[in-house]
Amino acid sequence: MSHHILEIKDLYFTYPDGTNALSGVSLKIFHGESVGITGANGMGKTTLLLNIGGHLLPTKGEISIGDITLSKKTRQDIRKKVGFVFQRTDDQLFMPSVYEDVAFGPINIGLSPDKVEERVKLSLEMVGCLHLINRPPHRLSEGQKRAVAIATVIAMNPDILIMDEPASNLDPRSRRQLINLLKGFEHTKIIASHDLDLILDVCERCIIIKDGKIVADGYTPNILSDKRLLEENSLELPLSIQGAYSHI
Amino acid sequence: MRFDSEYFNLGYLDTLSYKDTFIHRLDPRTKLLVTLIFIIFVVSNSKYEITKLIPFLIYPVFLLTSGNIPLRAVLKKILIISPFLIFIGIFNPIFDKRTIYMIIGIPISQGWISLFSIILKFILTVSSAILLIAVTSFPGICEALEKMKVPKILVIQLLFLYRYLFVLLEESLKIVRAREARSFGKRGKDIKTFTKILSVLLIRSLERAERIYQAMLSRGFKGEIHLLRKHSIGFNDIVFAASFLTIFYILKVYNIVNIFGEELKSIFF
Amino acid sequence: MHMADALLSPAVGGTMWALTAGTILYSARKLKDKIDDKMIPLMGVLGAFIFAGQMINFTIPGTGSSGHIGGGMLLAILLGPYPAFLVISSVLIIQALFFADGGLLALGANIWNLGFYPCFIGYPLIFKKIIKGRFTNKGVMYASILSVVISLQLGALSVVFETKLSGITELPLSTFLLLMQPIHLAIGIIEGFITGAIVLYVRKLRPDLVENLEGIKTLPSGVSIKNVLISMAIIALITGGILSWFASTHPDGLEWSIEKIYGKPEVPEHPSPITEGLKTLQEKTAILPDYSIPSTSKEESETSSWPQVKPDTSLSGFLGSIMVLLLIFLFGFCIKIIRKSKTKHEI
Repeated sequence: MSHHILEIKDLYFTYPDGTNALSGVSLKIFHGESVGITGANGMGKTTLLLNIGGHLLPTKGEISIGDITLSKKTRQDIRKKVGFVFQRTDDQLFMPSVYEDVAFGPINIGLSPDKVEERVKLSLEMVGCLHLINRPPHRLSEGQKRAVAIATVIAMNPDILIMDEPASNLDPRSRRQLINLLKGFEHTKIIASHDLDLILDVCERCIIIKDGKIVADGYTPNILSDKRLLEENSLELPLSIQGAYSHI
Repeated sequence: MRFDSEYFNLGYLDTLSYKDTFIHRLDPRTKLLVTLIFIIFVVSNSKYEITKLIPFLIYPVFLLTSGNIPLRAVLKKILIISPFLIFIGIFNPIFDKRTIYMIIGIPISQGWISLFSIILKFILTVSSAILLIAVTSFPGICEALEKMKVPKILVIQLLFLYRYLFVLLEESLKIVRAREARSFGKRGKDIKTFTKILSVLLIRSLERAERIYQAMLSRGFKGEIHLLRKHSIGFNDIVFAASFLTIFYILKVYNIVNIFGEELKSIFF
Repeated sequence: MHMADALLSPAVGGTMWALTAGTILYSARKLKDKIDDKMIPLMGVLGAFIFAGQMINFTIPGTGSSGHIGGGMLLAILLGPYPAFLVISSVLIIQALFFADGGLLALGANIWNLGFYPCFIGYPLIFKKIIKGRFTNKGVMYASILSVVISLQLGALSVVFETKLSGITELPLSTFLLLMQPIHLAIGIIEGFITGAIVLYVRKLRPDLVENLEGIKTLPSGVSIKNVLISMAIIALITGGILSWFASTHPDGLEWSIEKIYGKPEVPEHPSPITEGLKTLQEKTAILPDYSIPSTSKEESETSSWPQVKPDTSLSGFLGSIMVLLLIFLFGFCIKIIRKSKTKHEI
């Protein structure tokens, strides 16, 4: 198993309308790491993710995954290595049945129908949704959609799993199931979220982004118990930590 | 509110279509073709035909009962008889006044006969169309269409529309309710508000299309969409089709109602 | 103005289907290589958008009644003629299946009436010509209203002719036209206004979303609308002819037009084994042998022959109907029982 490194060197990104979303981001992520990215709204979390996933191309700077550097030509290859779970599940599940949604990626890679079926069943098994295999997506609950969306992505055996606000709109039980699921994955994970308790639970490394720059990067429990740091970034202590400090 | 009732109706039929019965399991092509042929047989009856139409009810009844479809799914649609139909049809009794029947001494004009014939045809064609979708899932119908050489781009369009229909209906429901909450009394139904609602909905739709496209790209989309083919023609399909096509033909050629009627008359009168 | 199966004869319905199917195939072919990948989700979502949009009612000023948009022109402006036609077809197909709006036979006619005119006439020949690439407020509104009005007038006209040619309604042509055209003129003005307003509003608010969208850019250069129309006309004539010939066992619509041509209620006899056989079949199975279709003018109805009122026939018809209905009900009941017992066994 090779060590896939995600390396970002001095990344800048400006939107067509002039908004400077990222102003010099540099970081390295190692194989198997689980990284949470958080920060106030509009600070650049989603933009960063979209750049890493090859959906946006850097205005300046360099992103490389393994030995592939992101460029217009290598976009498709980058996308094969990155499994992107988008914020809104409805956008991700566009086929008439769960099976076809999960099979979409493997088929596009070029696998044979037998292999595709194998992958589909395996991925659905991993997210605990094998029984939903013939359902149409509009007949799934939000939690089920989220799990299936993850399945559609892991069916491609990506090196890195990127997730944008994975727990939004989930009821507590589904959220808990999701957290357990993510904890069980061995993929390199990059998760952008406001749900600090989730990040605390799932990610051993946490990065805070402010004004398009990284302002904190370290061991999650340290970062997320720094009350002042959090408040500077329009965040609060995670609820699970608040409990411990409730006498303050 | 019309929106609400149609929205739930849509969902209701959609749910019914995923049941598991004999008829649900048949290949969608069979059901589609038999229903289309049924409609042609019904419609090809003359404009004054009533008695020949009645036995045709057997087909919708079969679909209803073997598919375990509740009667109200169909009834609702039939009872709200298309206003256009009545509007056009009502002129028949007005313009066509020749008396043709006497029932218990009351003369009935041809115009009424043709109106009633129209209504019967309506009931038959509408119920069979509704029942078709109720016993065949929509993706099933699309599968049938694709196999019948309908251009793939249209089939994919149908599937995508269907997929996002419920999503968009919910979104528009939210917008409409928000407007209603803010336009006391007027209920936000004026044209200006309507235009704004649709513009917002359009913008959201365009944004959504963009996001879906990105999601497709992220999973290696290169332009081809591959659809699963789940069904194949079996023995049941052949039996079903052969039986009903034969029945339709018999009903077209022989007036069963009259045959029975004559028999009954000779027995009792 | 949805057509209904019950008002349509197979010949007319079939012809309209042939026209629509031809246009669908043509549009699909045109898009095959030209299509931008992005079109697939875009067409799907916009189809859902129009569908949802049609379900939202607004109050028609001055009348108090509610109306809804068709959306054909809006789609044509956003997507261009060929994709828009496919999208409209898809919307109507789903409506025909789930709402039974109109019916499956009339679907061909409905797609044509509501889709062909905005996509292939209203948009390219009127809207685009007026706009000429410049999107001014006045220009867009004027172009929208005019193109929608004309498209709807053509659509309504088609409905009238389809219904009359089917021969099922007694409504005189002139009355029919008088009822349909003015109403659709009013609807056209309103929908044209709404379409123009939406286009302007969205362009102003989110130019980034629509700048690549204008139908203008997707219309392949060198398309000749004239050629499209000519081929359609030829298809219509051929299909109409063939289907009318097939439908000659029950030539109701045909009788009506024949009567107009020959002035007699029946086709002049050209006996051949086929027509003789069919005629015998018809006579054997007809409940009203030799009925004639009353024409729309008074004098002709007075001179055409008329069968006597037959109380016997009425009684047997009545008795037979009751019997058949009972049998069908019994049949359904048996099916239910069979189905229930089968599911019991499976458990």
